[in-house]
Amino acid sequence: MASDAHVPAHAHAESPQLRVQFDTEAQQKDASTLGMWLFLITEVMFFGGMFLVYTVYRNAYPGIFAIASSSLNVYIGAANTAVLLCSSFTMVLAVRAAQLGQRNAIILFLILTLILGGVFLGVKAYEWNEKFQERHIPGSSFHFEGMQPDEQAHAQLFFSLYFAMTGLHALHMVIGVGMLLFLIRQAQKGKYSAAYMTPVDLGGLYWHFVDIIWIFLFPLLYLIDRHLKG
Amino acid sequence: MSEHIDSVKTYALVFAALIAATLGTTAVAFVDLGPFSVVVALAIAVCKMLLVALFFMHVRHSTRLTRLVVLGGLLWLLILLGITMSDILTRNWVGVPGR
Amino acid sequence: MITAAVPERENYLNNAYGIKSWLLTKDHKRIGLLYLFTVTLFFFLGGAFATLIRIELLTPQGNFVSSETYNKLFTMHGVAMIFFFLIPAIPATLGNFFLPMMIGARDLAFPRINLLSWYLLVVGGLFSLFAMLAGGVDTGWTFYTPYSTTYSNSWVIATALGIFISGFSSILTGLNFIVTVHRMRAPGMTWMRMPLFVWSHYATALIQVLGTPVIAVTIILLFCERVFHIGIFDPTLGGDPVLFQHMFWFYSHPAVYIMILPAMGIVSELVSVFSRKAIFGYQFVAYASMAIAVLGFLVWGHHLFVATESVYSALVFSFLSYFVAIPSAIKVFNWTATLYKGSISFATPMLYAFGFIGLFTIGGLTGLFVAALGFDVHVTDTYFVVAHFHYIMVGGTIMAYLGGLHYWWPKITGRMYPEGWAKLSALIIFLGFNLTFFPQFILGYLGMPRRYHVYPDEFQVLHVLSTAGASVLAVGYLMPMVYFIWSLRYGKVAGANPWGATGLEWQTASPPPVHNFDVTPIVTHEAYDYSTVIGQEVEVG
Repeated sequence: MASDAHVPAHAHAESPQLRVQFDTEAQQKDASTLGMWLFLITEVMFFGGMFLVYTVYRNAYPGIFAIASSSLNVYIGAANTAVLLCSSFTMVLAVRAAQLGQRNAIILFLILTLILGGVFLGVKAYEWNEKFQERHIPGSSFHFEGMQPDEQAHAQLFFSLYFAMTGLHALHMVIGVGMLLFLIRQAQKGKYSAAYMTPVDLGGLYWHFVDIIWIFLFPLLYLIDRHLKG
Repeated sequence: MSEHIDSVKTYALVFAALIAATLGTTAVAFVDLGPFSVVVALAIAVCKMLLVALFFMHVRHSTRLTRLVVLGGLLWLLILLGITMSDILTRNWVGVPGR
Repeated sequence: MITAAVPERENYLNNAYGIKSWLLTKDHKRIGLLYLFTVTLFFFLGGAFATLIRIELLTPQGNFVSSETYNKLFTMHGVAMIFFFLIPAIPATLGNFFLPMMIGARDLAFPRINLLSWYLLVVGGLFSLFAMLAGGVDTGWTFYTPYSTTYSNSWVIATALGIFISGFSSILTGLNFIVTVHRMRAPGMTWMRMPLFVWSHYATALIQVLGTPVIAVTIILLFCERVFHIGIFDPTLGGDPVLFQHMFWFYSHPAVYIMILPAMGIVSELVSVFSRKAIFGYQFVAYASMAIAVLGFLVWGHHLFVATESVYSALVFSFLSYFVAIPSAIKVFNWTATLYKGSISFATPMLYAFGFIGLFTIGGLTGLFVAALGFDVHVTDTYFVVAHFHYIMVGGTIMAYLGGLHYWWPKITGRMYPEGWAKLSALIIFLGFNLTFFPQFILGYLGMPRRYHVYPDEFQVLHVLSTAGASVLAVGYLMPMVYFIWSLRYGKVAGANPWGATGLEWQTASPPPVHNFDVTPIVTHEAYDYSTVIGQEVEVG
């Protein structure tokens, strides 16, 4: 069964990024990409649990959820969504620049993505602070104006989900920011070229995934029966 | 190292569509569609997701395996949501002793 | 018999020495051994809790430990055994060691992530161990709300945090295995030529990747509820405690397939080599593994039959629970058909394989009992269920694990274990196991509830039999510890292929070289083609 097929040693000498367990760069890239996609679907199931809890309680308390949702600023939410989409645009341009081996463009677009991501997080911090001022943070001092006592608990459920889901999303954004900083640093050192840009590619996949999560969070949290409030 | 390198124009068009969809979903939220509000909102969100996945994440040019992985993930999410909700939504269909 | 001094060729064990060469290794074989060490510690920890439980249950009164302590004992027994032994054991020890070799690869796809997986298990284990030593947790390994979130005064968060962290160990291992099988097979190693051990681990990896994240987020919500009282699982705040159960079991039911599929993979290997026959219906067994992985995700509601689940939902889950038994049954039929007209030898690994087939069948059939709604209402939360899952987990998984350890011991260490002592241990384990757990079926049927330490006098005889069995079982488990360690120094030196097995791992030296193969194999034969090993000297006992 075993035969004389020797792993070409020079393949590893020529390409320092080629790890010893792989035979070719293409195999390594394929494996890394598959690995990132598998990781992303673990994230789908991870966030999915929170989406399940959301679905259960929105189904149980639709009216309360609509009222609670209307206390969020939909214009800020929509604008922030646009900011994040823009960051996805700049990210994919960074990946494209990497595919073309354009070092300066890579750095430029990664920095733009970083800035836009930072803006998004800054706006979220502002929104959360607003909730804090309005006493909409779940806990002992939670109080939602104009609701009966037994409905307060249900409104608190909405805000628990709001903070849990946007909080988990923001945590992923922060990790993404860290990743971008790493990629920018590596790009500045000239590590990426048309022949080797896998980390940028994988970073892009991660960033876009976090964007997709927000694409669902925005309507589910901000746009519940807005017509009721008008 | 994909052979297909999309043009900036392609990405820009996708980005424009995403912004338009965001404006659209926000505007539609102010219209009373009854129980269809959530359906429309989710439909728009799914379209946006597909745009990001297919174009920005290059699923359009990906291997069959990648697409299978993506579909698998989405399917499993639906299993989690669908089957759990099927319990919750059918709890009151038949009386249970004691209730 | 001390072996004569022979100049050792370089292998993965002697190529580097020192603690750093182990703690910073990227070699999947060393990482497999790191895991072996860790999971063995947790096995004996879980076993210690079991010992205390069985001592308490010798008498109908609760006089050995208080009720609160007893609650902690069965909780910690479950937590240690499930999360820190059964889930990682076979995949992370034997799977890590042999999956790359079986497909002709030099290592897994992501060796550093593999090492990270081990560290995550250790760190998670330390958190949970800390909780156990600091006072324990008493919620049951299932952490049902609202007790775990609102009323329990025990170390819930520390324990749950440990499980959360170790969950990532499981996810990363699964991810690594999937990518490795897809992208690192040697030339000629098509999917349908892979050993069934690899198929089982691939199916297991799918479950690890798709299911574990859900329990991770469930634990986060448990934490939020316990610390911030947000109401997600608290009925007084509008929450649904049964939602926790849905989310918990969405993972924990597929988790039992994480625990059994690798074991089935081992059994396929053992039945084949010790009948010197290709597995009957290879494709059926391969696809059955995949079917178990998929169907296993659709049945979790059978844990909620009496938890106010809707009757319609329960009916569907019950039907699907019957359905998921079919691929398991297919495997049992195929193993049996493999034996037919095979050249059977009764080496220790094969004894364990036989034990598995019999005991897993009993456990699996009683699974059908509890999948029936009416019957389950009668036996749920009784010792019937306890016996059911111990027949599968202990009579199944642990037997297969021991069988695999014995089978691959010569490859891992270059030494044979002592066959006589090994056969004796296997027999003791088999007898001890049945004496421990068969009475529990009867106890459960007669109404003995699980998680109770005070019981009516008429149950005492059965409990005493069970505890006696547990003592025998404990002896059986300690014996391999002794002789395996003995064999490292004094065991007969093993050749590359002492069993005359097919499989790429047997085509390389014992112990293997660092990069597994001196030259990358090119595969030209089907998986269990014994014509390729005709004439090889075999040491089948």
